[in-house]
Amino acid sequence: MTMDWQAFWLTLQLAVVVSAALLAIGLPVAYWIAFSGWRWKFLVEAVVALPIVLPPTVLGFYVLVALGPRSPLGRWWIGLTGHTLAFTFSGLVIGSILYSLPFAVQPFAASFAGVDRKLVAASATLGASPVRTFFRVIAPLSVDGLITGVALSFAHTMGEFGVVLMVGGNIPGVTRTVSIDIYDRVQASDYAGANATALLLLGLCFAVLAIVYGVNRKVWAVGPAK
Amino acid sequence: MTETRTVEIGPTDCDARNGPTGHVLAGQFRKRLAGHGQEFVLDVEFEAAAGFTILFGASGAGKTTLLDCVAGLTQPDSGRIAIGERVLFDARVNVAVAKRRVGYVFQDLALFPHFTVQQNVEYGLAHLGEGRRRERAAAMLGAFRIERLARRSAGEISGGESQRVALARTLVTDPAVLLLDEPLAGLDVPTKAKIMDDLREWNRAHNIPILYVTHSREEVFALGERVMVLHAGRIVASGTPHDVMTAPQQETVAQLTGFENIFDATVESAHPERGTMICCLAESSETGAVLLETPLVRAVVGSRLRVGIRAGDILLATSLPSGLSARNVIPGRIRSVEQHDMIVAARVQCGVDMEVHLTLAARDALQLAPGKEVWLVIKTHSCHLMLS
Repeated sequence: MTMDWQAFWLTLQLAVVVSAALLAIGLPVAYWIAFSGWRWKFLVEAVVALPIVLPPTVLGFYVLVALGPRSPLGRWWIGLTGHTLAFTFSGLVIGSILYSLPFAVQPFAASFAGVDRKLVAASATLGASPVRTFFRVIAPLSVDGLITGVALSFAHTMGEFGVVLMVGGNIPGVTRTVSIDIYDRVQASDYAGANATALLLLGLCFAVLAIVYGVNRKVWAVGPAK
Repeated sequence: MTETRTVEIGPTDCDARNGPTGHVLAGQFRKRLAGHGQEFVLDVEFEAAAGFTILFGASGAGKTTLLDCVAGLTQPDSGRIAIGERVLFDARVNVAVAKRRVGYVFQDLALFPHFTVQQNVEYGLAHLGEGRRRERAAAMLGAFRIERLARRSAGEISGGESQRVALARTLVTDPAVLLLDEPLAGLDVPTKAKIMDDLREWNRAHNIPILYVTHSREEVFALGERVMVLHAGRIVASGTPHDVMTAPQQETVAQLTGFENIFDATVESAHPERGTMICCLAESSETGAVLLETPLVRAVVGSRLRVGIRAGDILLATSLPSGLSARNVIPGRIRSVEQHDMIVAARVQCGVDMEVHLTLAARDALQLAPGKEVWLVIKTHSCHLMLS
């Protein structure tokens, strides 16, 4: 009953990198979803929400194809670095970002949309640029949603399985995450080891969700913003 | 060449004497809003010189949409908006909200709840260094008597205080035009008067056009140097409050400005020597003609007009009064007495159906009830003539 601490640290690393990246990517996407008046916006919202309902294997399969040497992106990456993105930590990060995108964007967008439009208008009439309005008014009043989005993408990445297996495979120290480790142990009938790792993951996810619901007393649901 | 010479005196030239700014806000624009299955079109043309211009109208008349267009929060479909020579909007130009220098105090004030009062007031001064910013904010907090609130959170101050903070936050940015959307609604009269005094004091030095939206008749008389009446998206009257509100030219204005009684009338005789004329109210066939002495207007005998009389301008007597200066004493009978809040509305049949407003005490003292015989007393100058 030994913990695979290597898998654990790798998973933690992945979750931190992915949540940080989702904060950077999710803010502009969520801002656009919350404030754009484009009539076809719902299509973008649907695309962003896809990973919630899509089987991780489907998502993982297409990410694998996109990262592989047959796709333009894959070829560009190989030309740049000399090796393929598939079955690397970087590939894992890209897959995980896509997989957890709605878990960041939806709480962000919902809280941005909840900010009183009059405050946004007031900021503009006081001479503030949209960027200043965002960082001084919209984001501070959306702290709950920001914490929720980051925490959920962190927890969601910690526990992902299908996408990791498809994109990353099972390379110890590179792409072997905790959930893959659990799967391996069960395959090898090491139920005690699987249990120890699973318990740790369970406790961690519970702690993260407790933080989310603790800071955010408003109802949160996985569903379209508004 | 010299014969066709025209000297253009722009409004800015005329108003230069008024003070440092003296620019005129000129707007001529159209905005179509569709929604909830009905269409609303705002189509206005106006000029607002330095000082207060009251924008008066019922809710839904388009007052806020007009302000939003000037501020740039709503884009007109066509037209032009300019402050003096500076064009904010036309076919080619659409200056961003943040660059318009149009101060806007919203009806719900929109103070930033996560900032202190001080931070709210400093918000629009980001382009200044910290020292200069502190200085300007402190001066403005002082001018609006809210220095003691500086460190308080904007979310925890009273209504009147919030209104002062909202004004200070906007004025500190030195706007070229100020838009006030019923910013003092819900305040008691003394508080409102004090804030208005401070605002007037500020504008004595800055002399910018201030568009002040209200739907309260009292505020029009109390504040305005000029008033524009907005009805269903159009400016139906403008001028001094006295001109617009006491002698309306159009019936829509009359209804808006509170004429409960509006009747068709025919000019019976004119008496230029006395400055009056006698009008016969229509719909008075059963009980004989109701004749009304009214102020003289330019109208020929026999022509048709409309007469508006405010319900609050009519006196009620339970016996035939004598020794009055009022020229119109009309007998009638009470049809109904209804209480609306602190006002009693009595309907009197006197050949026409006339609504009279009186106090609760007056109702009780006169023991008014349906069927009671009464006399209506109406001054000549309480009869307002309009084009029909």
